[in-house]
Amino acid sequence: MAETMDTGFQPDSGRIAARFAKLKAEGRGGFSTFVSAGDPDYDTGLEILLGLPDAGVDMIELGMPFTDPMADGPAVEAAGLRALKAGQTMTKTLAMARAFRDVHPDTPLVLMGYYNPIYSYGVDRFLTDVKAAGVDGLIVVDLPPEEDKELCLPALRAGINFIRLATPTTDDHRLPTVLRNTSGFVYYISILGITGTKEIQADPVRGAITRLRRHTDLPIMVGFGIRTAEQVREITQVADAAVVGSAIVDRVRSNLDADGKPLPGCAKAVLDYVAELAAGARN
Amino acid sequence: MTQLNSYRTGPDEDGGFGIYGGRFVAETLMPLILEVQKAYEAAKDDPSYQADIDYYAQHYVGRPSPLYFAKRMTEELGGAKIYFKREELNHTGSHKINNVMGQILLARRMGKTRIIAETGAGQHGVATATACALFNMPCKVYMGAVDVARQAPNVFRMKLLGAEVQAVESGSKTLKDALNEAMRDWVANVEDTFYIIGTVAGPHPYPAMVRDFQCVIGNEAKQQMLEAEGRLPDTLVACVGGGSNAMGLFHPFLDDKGVNIVGVEAAGHGIETGEHAASLTGGRPGVLHGNRMYLLQDEDGQVVEPYSISAGLDYPGIGPEHSWLKDLGRAQYVPVTDKEAVDAFKFCSQMEGILPALECAHAIAYVRKLAPTLPKDHIICMNMSGRGDKDVNTIAEIMGVSL
Ligand SMILES: Cc1ncc(COP(=O)(O)O)c(C=O)c1O
Repeated sequence: MAETMDTGFQPDSGRIAARFAKLKAEGRGGFSTFVSAGDPDYDTGLEILLGLPDAGVDMIELGMPFTDPMADGPAVEAAGLRALKAGQTMTKTLAMARAFRDVHPDTPLVLMGYYNPIYSYGVDRFLTDVKAAGVDGLIVVDLPPEEDKELCLPALRAGINFIRLATPTTDDHRLPTVLRNTSGFVYYISILGITGTKEIQADPVRGAITRLRRHTDLPIMVGFGIRTAEQVREITQVADAAVVGSAIVDRVRSNLDADGKPLPGCAKAVLDYVAELAAGARN
Repeated sequence: MTQLNSYRTGPDEDGGFGIYGGRFVAETLMPLILEVQKAYEAAKDDPSYQADIDYYAQHYVGRPSPLYFAKRMTEELGGAKIYFKREELNHTGSHKINNVMGQILLARRMGKTRIIAETGAGQHGVATATACALFNMPCKVYMGAVDVARQAPNVFRMKLLGAEVQAVESGSKTLKDALNEAMRDWVANVEDTFYIIGTVAGPHPYPAMVRDFQCVIGNEAKQQMLEAEGRLPDTLVACVGGGSNAMGLFHPFLDDKGVNIVGVEAAGHGIETGEHAASLTGGRPGVLHGNRMYLLQDEDGQVVEPYSISAGLDYPGIGPEHSWLKDLGRAQYVPVTDKEAVDAFKFCSQMEGILPALECAHAIAYVRKLAPTLPKDHIICMNMSGRGDKDVNTIAEIMGVSL
């Protein structure tokens, strides 16, 4: 069975908790974005990342690129591969996170990705550097509760939130296992499938959120399949936050030249688009 | 080398072979994987399940496969006595069908109605398409676009059998990418779909389950060797892609201390060129496709695209149990290049009248080097994992012959 234990540490979910409290006071749900670190290259990727809060993004998922992102569709996969081709590394991703934190002290920043680049970097070294970079939490797609001793428990001990994914297949029997060693917020994957392939349906999501709320007091963010401002609006009315990924990295792609180099104004075009989506969470 | 009382007790209850194995999958798949494990454990204890497997093994697959003394090759090489375990004589032409029959019978017990699979050389895809025809189930096979081109005969066979073949265009367009795509399909279709993984890799319980289905190879070989020679072989040799034909031969002998065990990896253009698929020789532990294993990766943990002339060996990882056996020193793993494999293909064809698959041509190439160094009373048992008909286009191209 999965190793379950009380780590005795409550990770400092300060920024995440403060942000959700602020959203509550404003009477609205949060808007979150996923971008792949270093897509399409380090400088443009950093420009996009730094501009997200002013475009209306309440919290940020920064993707750690991986060659074989098995839970992602073609758009997110291509974004990661563009970043890798432009020379992105884990060290550079952590440097980007640090640069972000220097400019934006309050916006929660979560790293999202797959385990192998972390395992290769070294779990202890990774956690130390993540903490130093001012990262608030981790979402690691291929680490279910059954593998908690790999990274989840060390992260919690180091005071870093480990954000778990719940899915339509996570039934009531399994939910307590999934929620046990988690903190910060819960990420609900709204569709059966990979990113960027199916459109979200608000009704089943509403039912799922009600079910999740019976098991946890943590804020619930919904993602996978949200592509429009209207969907952001719909989902932020039933969940605490909505996250858009594929649609945004698609926008990066459409602002590249034939060689994959960013066209002039690439970052601005992406951020303008993000601002359109963000409006969905505000009316 | 670490001495264990038994090397056959793995995996532990979490699917671990030492540090290898595990269940590194997205949450969407996790409930299903636990369900597969439960269903497999229940099936193992059900005599009617084993009886079904035995029935199809005998009447459909054509088991037992012969253990054949390769007399001419033995005389030519002038050293150890060489036996082939003739898995290439199975229905569909390789060992892959042993595993497919076990899994499809499990899928039926679980009430699954749709089958998906990945394939490299196309042998696992053909075996899966075959079993799906037999049981009237829809079948979708993912295959890298590079492999679709170099294993064209098998692509056509799958289509004739009624399967849908999806060419995968991502990454290196080979087996690794086909696996990614099959996993993605599975995530989207968990409710009705069973994923028949073709080798001893993937999340627990697949590495153990596929091994169990392939152990028929080693169990038969042991019996047949005792009948032929009155004793066990001294050395076992098999090629390793993901490692299923090798594990099937090796596992029943792991506790027979006198038996040397050698797996042969694809060295492509040579280990030193970086263009190879020898994960045990050139990789280090990493996590991909649901398990920890030796993995070809760069210093940043990004998976390196493998290369081999043999589509079935062109994979950047290797099953967790092989990874563990390597660390323990119970098995050795050696690299063989494209060129050596192609030479061995021709050698075996003309010496024994057997066209070997390019995958097991790697094993033959190693036997060719090893046998002359050993005394005449040394017995080698090599797994002839598949037949080479699917590879004639590749060989013709190398020889500059147009078909
Ligand atoms: C004939 C044959 N041998 C060997 C392999 C390699 O797979 P494994 O190492 O799982 O036996 C393949 C895979 O396609 C194959 O077709």
